[in-house]
Amino acid sequence: MDNHNENQKSKEQGKAAMNKMEIKDLAVFYGKFRAVTDIQMDIQTNKITAIIGPSGCGKSTLLRSFNRMNDLTPSARVEGQILLDGENINVPGVDVVDVRRRIGMVFQRPNPFPKSIYDNVAYGPRLYGVRRKNDLDEIVEKSLKQAALWEEVKDKLHQSGLSISGGQQQRLCIARALAVEPEVILMDEPASALDPISTLKIEELMQELKKEYSIVIVTHNMQQAARVSDYTAMMMLSKEGERSGTVIEFDDTKAIFTRPKDKRTEDYVTGRFG
Amino acid sequence: MTAHTTAHQTNFQKLIEKNHASVSLRRKVTNAVMLSVTGLMTILALIPLFWIIGYVVYKGGQYINLDFFIHTPRPLGMEGGGVLNAIQGTLIISGLASLIAIPPAILAAFYAANNPNTPLGVVLRFSTDVLSGIPSIVIGLFAYAIIVKPMGHYSGFAGAVAMAMLMLPTIIRTTEEMLKLVPHTLREASLGLGAPEWKTSISVVLPAALNGIMTGILLSVARAAGETAPLLFTALGNERYDLGLIIQSGIAQKQGFFEILKRVFDQPVDSLPLTLWKYAQQPYPERIEQSWAAALVLMIVILLINIFTRLWVESRKRRLQG
Ligand SMILES: Nc1ncnc2c1ncn2[C@@H]1O[C@H](COP(=O)(O)OP(=O)(O)OP(=O)(O)O)[C@@H](O)[C@H]1O
Ligand SMILES: [Mg+2]
Repeated sequence: MDNHNENQKSKEQGKAAMNKMEIKDLAVFYGKFRAVTDIQMDIQTNKITAIIGPSGCGKSTLLRSFNRMNDLTPSARVEGQILLDGENINVPGVDVVDVRRRIGMVFQRPNPFPKSIYDNVAYGPRLYGVRRKNDLDEIVEKSLKQAALWEEVKDKLHQSGLSISGGQQQRLCIARALAVEPEVILMDEPASALDPISTLKIEELMQELKKEYSIVIVTHNMQQAARVSDYTAMMMLSKEGERSGTVIEFDDTKAIFTRPKDKRTEDYVTGRFG
Repeated sequence: MTAHTTAHQTNFQKLIEKNHASVSLRRKVTNAVMLSVTGLMTILALIPLFWIIGYVVYKGGQYINLDFFIHTPRPLGMEGGGVLNAIQGTLIISGLASLIAIPPAILAAFYAANNPNTPLGVVLRFSTDVLSGIPSIVIGLFAYAIIVKPMGHYSGFAGAVAMAMLMLPTIIRTTEEMLKLVPHTLREASLGLGAPEWKTSISVVLPAALNGIMTGILLSVARAAGETAPLLFTALGNERYDLGLIIQSGIAQKQGFFEILKRVFDQPVDSLPLTLWKYAQQPYPERIEQSWAAALVLMIVILLINIFTRLWVESRKRRLQG
């Protein structure tokens, strides 16, 4: 860290304590195509931040840049700063594995590994060298309890993770992400492939989880964003030029849904977009 | 339904109602005709299959008995004798060929699936296509040139190498296809937990694709086990080959595991297709009969390989899907 950075850190101490992540001037390219541009966003500690917007506006792209997941797409390039606890993780030399441990991800479709429920949850901890059975047992139980799945699977931990229902599978995936004790959890439409009851379970779970984690969720479901999130980022394609996605409004969820400042936000959240 | 509230009927709905009877009759007739045509063709296509199987069972069944499975051939004119040497040969050659072919084929398939557009990936795909088009007799000749010639004698090992080359392209191709079917997000979930690429491939992607991969391997092994041409100038054939005797005498001479293994693979070996081919050319009715019986045994061996793999795949599927 150079001096300048240190200064800035202490100046922003009051605010930074609340911000788990800060996104500054972020742009993501796929080859020459600028998919997402000019993003400024703060992710607050122990809050749920929702990202909404029409299909193709770059929500997933943005979310995936938060934990360097875009590194896995060869054509993708991310510019700008992504601060995690004040430290830029979007610079070469950062330990990507550590970034991904601290920022976990849950995907749209439940994607348990073709392994037992136990081994699914233990997969992450094992990667980080946890070997003793007692330790693993403890982590597995704790994570499954946190994901509100323990009661339903405690008698069949050694059955395949694919043998349980879709909603249970998604909570298993959440437990799997929790097992490496992340600080932030990214969820890309985590309930869009689930039935209403399973969706409700996931939403209740999120309310529990935010006590310990900071959560970012991408959703197409306006009610869901309104119900679960504290802050909402409205994304939209810029009308002129390259048609890159950007955040056009970022505010309290309540404000976004009751008194949006941008006409496009209003049209979108009231369903008049199109 | 709106169709019955006549007041609001559109022209299209009226038309539908008017033509309903004739349209639906035509649909039924077409359906019946198409069904009988496709059914007939299916039966036509199945005739050769059942004909072959039935004929082999009929001809081979007459000669087959327990002796046929547990004895090596006897000289002409002597009663009894079997094809134990060929059964053993087919199994050890296919087994060794699988050991030689499967690991590199799977690794190559991983490379091709993960790096489809790199120069090496493109070259790999092109070469597997070319390799799978090479006639098996040419592969046999090649194995002769690179193994039999330098070693100075025919061997089961040379046969296994030839057979492995035959299996390589199919295994690479089917494995690659199966790996590509594994959802991308499964890989990402593993990488997202911080797993390195190789670990993700081995402990997540491979298990997810394993059923398909096993089926592909099975098909190619079954195919290769029935091949004669690659073994003609490699394994050659050996009427006195007997695994039990080799192992017994090896143990009696206090030979180590690897010495015995060397004896198993370092001499000419027979195989069922080879036996079938040789016997069928001989002018003796007895040999012709045995050749039919060998054909039946070959079919049974291949069927067993099939059944075992399928059982394994099914039980694994049940275990995974609960
Ligand atoms: N791997 C990729 N390579 C090239 N372009 C991509 C890639 N992934 C996404 N894009 C493009 O980037 C833009 C944003 O896509 P993204 O998936 O982030 O949108 P999204 O808001 O998540 O959409 P949805 O709501 O449908 O999930 C789209 O134009 C898409 O075609
Ligand atoms: Mg998306």
